[in-house]
Amino acid sequence: MDKRKRSKNILTVIVLLLACILLYLAQNYLNAFYIRVLNLAAIFAILGLSMNLVLGFTGMFSLGHSGFMCIGAYTAAILTMSPASKELIYYMEPIVPVLAKVEWPLFPAIIAAGVVAALFGILVGIPALRLRDDYLAIATLGFAEIIRIVVTNIVSITNGSLGLKNIPSVNSIWVYWGCAIITLLILKRVISSSWGYAFRAIRDNEIAAEAMGISIFKHKLISFTIGAFFAGIAGALMGFLITSVDPTMFKFLFTFQILLVVVLGGMGSLTGSVISALVITIMMEVLRVVEQPIDLFGLTIPGLSGMRMVIFSILLLLVILFYRQGLMGTKEFNWDWILDKLKFFKSRKRGEAA
Amino acid sequence: MSTDIFLQNIANSITLGSLYALIAIGYTMVYGILRLINFAHADLLMVASYIAFYGILVFTLPWWLAFAIAIVLTTLLGIGIEKAAYRPLRNAPRISVLISAIGVSFLLENIGIVAIGARPKSFPRPTDLVWSIHVGNISFLSLTIIIPIVTLILLLAVTLLVNKTKIGMAMRAVSRDFETSSLMAVNVNKVITATFAVGSALAAIGGLLWSMQYPQVDPLMGVFPGLKCFIAAVMGGIGNIPGAMLGGYVLGFCEVMLVGFFPGLSGYRDAFAFVILIVILLFRPGGILGENVVEKV
Repeated sequence: MDKRKRSKNILTVIVLLLACILLYLAQNYLNAFYIRVLNLAAIFAILGLSMNLVLGFTGMFSLGHSGFMCIGAYTAAILTMSPASKELIYYMEPIVPVLAKVEWPLFPAIIAAGVVAALFGILVGIPALRLRDDYLAIATLGFAEIIRIVVTNIVSITNGSLGLKNIPSVNSIWVYWGCAIITLLILKRVISSSWGYAFRAIRDNEIAAEAMGISIFKHKLISFTIGAFFAGIAGALMGFLITSVDPTMFKFLFTFQILLVVVLGGMGSLTGSVISALVITIMMEVLRVVEQPIDLFGLTIPGLSGMRMVIFSILLLLVILFYRQGLMGTKEFNWDWILDKLKFFKSRKRGEAA
Repeated sequence: MSTDIFLQNIANSITLGSLYALIAIGYTMVYGILRLINFAHADLLMVASYIAFYGILVFTLPWWLAFAIAIVLTTLLGIGIEKAAYRPLRNAPRISVLISAIGVSFLLENIGIVAIGARPKSFPRPTDLVWSIHVGNISFLSLTIIIPIVTLILLLAVTLLVNKTKIGMAMRAVSRDFETSSLMAVNVNKVITATFAVGSALAAIGGLLWSMQYPQVDPLMGVFPGLKCFIAAVMGGIGNIPGAMLGGYVLGFCEVMLVGFFPGLSGYRDAFAFVILIVILLFRPGGILGENVVEKV
């Protein structure tokens, strides 16, 4: 198996290099719109990955992702905005003096966004994770809604319902996909660690897992906190991508879109989430067509705004009703899988020859 | 707070509590049988209101006919949702059914947005049902009386249905144990259809009363009432019909009084229900009237 391990490592390096080349090409030759779409896909990939850890690997149906994104987005935005633009934007109530002068660079702010979201993850998780299934879903949904309402009401920190504008804009594809790839690699490590085994044991049978000596609450909290951390990072990136945040952005709709990514990609498949994040983000842009008026042989069909969400709701229902495992099921797109496939073909060829 | 305002608040909280109670009963019935939060329940409110809205304004039907059509169509829709989206997943993991429920809810909301537009419209209040009543210094709408009466009558009807009729007995059996009751020759699918029919009809009536009390309809109007009514059902002890009623009144009372006594907190009004939910789930997960069920291996 050593030989296989070496070849796997070499393959990983090759793919990472290929990814870098692709990103380099995309950054330099695609127009701004396509780059934006790709960046959005990266954000959804991070969100999908983090929700998949919680939902697909640990079996906790948490609908609180938009709340953690909200916290991450606000943290990063407040930390990176220039003092001058803060003074300009907070005209309803001045910003609290502690935050008025800070202006952090990009990466510390992103990390801080994740850390703050993770802290809230712990705070929310300690009471909420005693619940299960639909109770957990409704409680986390409630927490996300509480977070949003509190953010709307603490005007001297968040500027209330007016939201924040003039957040430093980041267009580089490296930042977004860099974060997405790092997220994927970290979560891959988490999944294959002893924590990962514990998570899956809890997902498959909580009582049995407890009987085997796995601390249910501890591992649920770990999974939930990691999920919140990456949701916070995705929120921060969202702020940098569209350069403004306001509380209405982080409604339940957002969590629904992430859920769609996870379900389509396959609950329990990290690579599935990345693939389906790409598919769904691109579909979301392509389907903009149906919301615009179409001119058909002089006959104008008025655009139906909201039609895209109808299509996505139907897509979610179709996947869950008829194709519950999603694109990848619980399989991963990894080297073992490919090498096994290759070996299978080779042996079959040999068999045919003989 | 003066006595007049206090009495006014009491009247408001009874109205709101009755509406919550009425919708919460539907949640609790469906949950009792399928162990599923029927997210689409909230959107049935919206569907019923819109059918009545168009019936009255576009087809110029008399209000009672429009309301009757709304209730019938919403009931059929509720049954249809169960058949299409929940029945195929009867043996699937619970999370899949929940995701399906969320999908249906989003589908209804977004079809509403596409077909009708996201802008709120004002609901035509039938003058036969809505007039102002003045007692001393407080004035209130006739709905303040009509809504609790309708709620009480329906609660009584549902209680009788569940406790005294054959189908009610079958419902109780199915909610206790799916498999055993099917072995006892209970047609489980039929019972579930009946439950959805009753629940959806209650949601439709709740939606109609809701849009008369707060005369504005929009495609997302059901979302917050829906969540809060589910919370009311959990507060009272889910699966328990008098409990849902109690939860609805407690929640309505707490909400109105919170805003009445602490006007500064009115921005947090919607968060309040969730805080109550979390406190209840932590300290008395079975709800006020419910029993705690321990999961067995």
